[in-house]
Amino acid sequence: MATTNIMIVGVGGQGTLLTSRILGRLASSEGYEVKISEVHGMSQRGGSVVTYVRYGEKVAEPIVEEGQADVLIAFEKLEALRYLHFVKKDGVVIVNDTRMDPITVVTGQATYPEGIIDTLKERRKTLVVDASEIAGKIGSPRSFNVVVLGAAAKHMSFKKEAWLKTVESTVPPKTVAKNLEAFEAGYALED
Amino acid sequence: MAEQKIMLGNEAIARGAYEAGVKVSSAYPGTPSTEISENLVQYDEIYAEWAPNVNVASDPLYTMSYIGVKGGMVLVVADDPGMYSSQNEQDTRMIGRASMIPVVEPSDSQEAKDYFKYAFDLSEKYDTPIILRTTTRLAHSQGMVTLEERVEPVDVPYERDIAKHVMMPAMAIKRHLVVEKRLNDMAADAADMPINRVEMGDKKLGFITCGIAYQYVKEVFPEASVLKIGLVNPLPKKLIEDFAAKVDRLIVFEELEPVIEEQVKSWGIKCEGKELFTRQGEYSANMLREKVLKQDLGIEPAEQVPARPPILCPGCPHRSVYSVLNKLKIHAAGDIGCYTLGAVAPLSVIDTTICMGSSISSLHGMEKAKGKDYIKNWVAVIGDSTFLHTGVNSLMNMVYNKSTGTVIILDNSTTGMTGHQDHAATGKTLKGEATYAIDIYNLVKAMGIDHVYEINAFDLPELEKTIKEEVASDEVSVIITKSPCVLLKGQVFPDKCVPMPEKCKKCGACLRPGCPALTKNADGTISIDANMCNGCGLCMQLCKFDAIKKEAK
Repeated sequence: MATTNIMIVGVGGQGTLLTSRILGRLASSEGYEVKISEVHGMSQRGGSVVTYVRYGEKVAEPIVEEGQADVLIAFEKLEALRYLHFVKKDGVVIVNDTRMDPITVVTGQATYPEGIIDTLKERRKTLVVDASEIAGKIGSPRSFNVVVLGAAAKHMSFKKEAWLKTVESTVPPKTVAKNLEAFEAGYALED
Repeated sequence: MAEQKIMLGNEAIARGAYEAGVKVSSAYPGTPSTEISENLVQYDEIYAEWAPNVNVASDPLYTMSYIGVKGGMVLVVADDPGMYSSQNEQDTRMIGRASMIPVVEPSDSQEAKDYFKYAFDLSEKYDTPIILRTTTRLAHSQGMVTLEERVEPVDVPYERDIAKHVMMPAMAIKRHLVVEKRLNDMAADAADMPINRVEMGDKKLGFITCGIAYQYVKEVFPEASVLKIGLVNPLPKKLIEDFAAKVDRLIVFEELEPVIEEQVKSWGIKCEGKELFTRQGEYSANMLREKVLKQDLGIEPAEQVPARPPILCPGCPHRSVYSVLNKLKIHAAGDIGCYTLGAVAPLSVIDTTICMGSSISSLHGMEKAKGKDYIKNWVAVIGDSTFLHTGVNSLMNMVYNKSTGTVIILDNSTTGMTGHQDHAATGKTLKGEATYAIDIYNLVKAMGIDHVYEINAFDLPELEKTIKEEVASDEVSVIITKSPCVLLKGQVFPDKCVPMPEKCKKCGACLRPGCPALTKNADGTISIDANMCNGCGLCMQLCKFDAIKKEAK
């Protein structure tokens, strides 16, 4: 099979690293070669963060380049827009419908763009997830990233059982039940 | 079947060190190499410590190649093409050439482990330190690695040998000849080393490449002929000549400097390199598609969206200190750490950042060049970890050479930016053992500095008063601002800050330091994100109208 290219983007602290590792572990357990590329250090301090996951029979480069992503998972909508040009024309965007103002907006140097969701929908197949609200209802606001991952899961070739097993074995033991619930809630969303 | 594991490049290097039988490791936490030491901790067989790093130790580097080693020594240096977190795009292959130390470069996690072990063997065989060079992309990418057993090292007895170990001129002159012969021998042997690999394919197009750039070649040209170089210094000349003779078009694809290309061209071999590709930043597969295949990739331009640079966390003590410097319009010679972020708006306090320890020396140099009155609105700022790494020497120099500047040590009890590593003043070693914690206050006092103060980083009135007095004084002074990094376990403010819009005069004073938990509402009042607020109370202190209160979390 051709290599599958996934990008996970968000704001430092939103859990992009953990999410990419869940996905990498899953693809690896399904027998694929996996490469993951991460961002550490300074950029993590509330900055824009991007991680890449590639899996297939044989994977050479560890990054996803412009125009190559099959799936873009975005934990914040401005970040989805920032990396939109990385997504293939027939790729899909899974976006958490949440707004976090970057410091450039807070200090008035820049303006947060209006109508991001509409722009995303115009240009790519886009699934909008109100993950914060869903995670809040479950009583585990910090699991919003697993809700988004659940919504994205249907756009990849793995079976649901394999996903659940990997989530269970990757998240901290105390949070397993809530995270599985969060995953199911995301998975149940209609495209 | 042998155990396989997905590993970060850095994790694989640590595993390689374990399997190779390494006994001692020494490193300083610095992106992108930090995780090597953090992963070494799990191996009881290896003694691992935090201490200043190879760049700082470049003085011994140039002589270690003359002395050589018995028993094996590998220096891991992680370069940062694209500068994700570095101050320059150093190409360590050139340092290998300059110091006459062989350089080995892997292309993925598996090779990171395997080449480390191979480098160790080379080190023993050729009696030389070896540099294992990686880049950020390799260090922070994960790939499959097959694990092997550790080979227990055989202890090599020490023998007194001053001709080899004491580098005074008469001895060093002879050793230089040994070093030259060693490199020539290695270059001759390099054709048969498994880390240099010819993958013969379509002969119309041949690539010479190394490191992560190899992966981009394989991504775009799986059918092309490739000479993958693992020993990048000295180069396998014979192998390159043979390969070049077999292909119609030869391209050298290497990130950063044309280290391979210039040597290949100097041998009279026709090839292309930097005519096609930049010396800046990271390479990519798309770069090959555009420059070699001349493809129009039809990539949409990136959306023009507001930048999201990294910022200091809510509750960060640096923000508090910087809010005072900003208010007093004081310039700061800065250093390397989270606090470098104080250079940009809205804090805009830091004027210079060069390398670790540079803040204090920059202030000293400025005073000597421009006079003591010139620095009356300047300070140096440096973190506790950085101060103990290299700042301490610079401070001694200030005292010795009669400077009058003010140094602020931002003591947050950890090495913040790289993810909370211990240092000489935390009382814990890399291995987690309790140790003597150097007392920065007494250390500074012992240098003969009278004006030394310890102030809570959130005590704004005291900070303001002391900074004003000390920049005006004609003596060296040190202000140690204390408050642990807000991300450290155990550092919990009991309350959170809550705005009271009815009292708000919409002056914006609370917003000025740029805490990400605060946002301005459409009507000019503010909101505080209860999940983000750490309750440090900086905004509350800055409000003259008591329009922010604290509530229990």
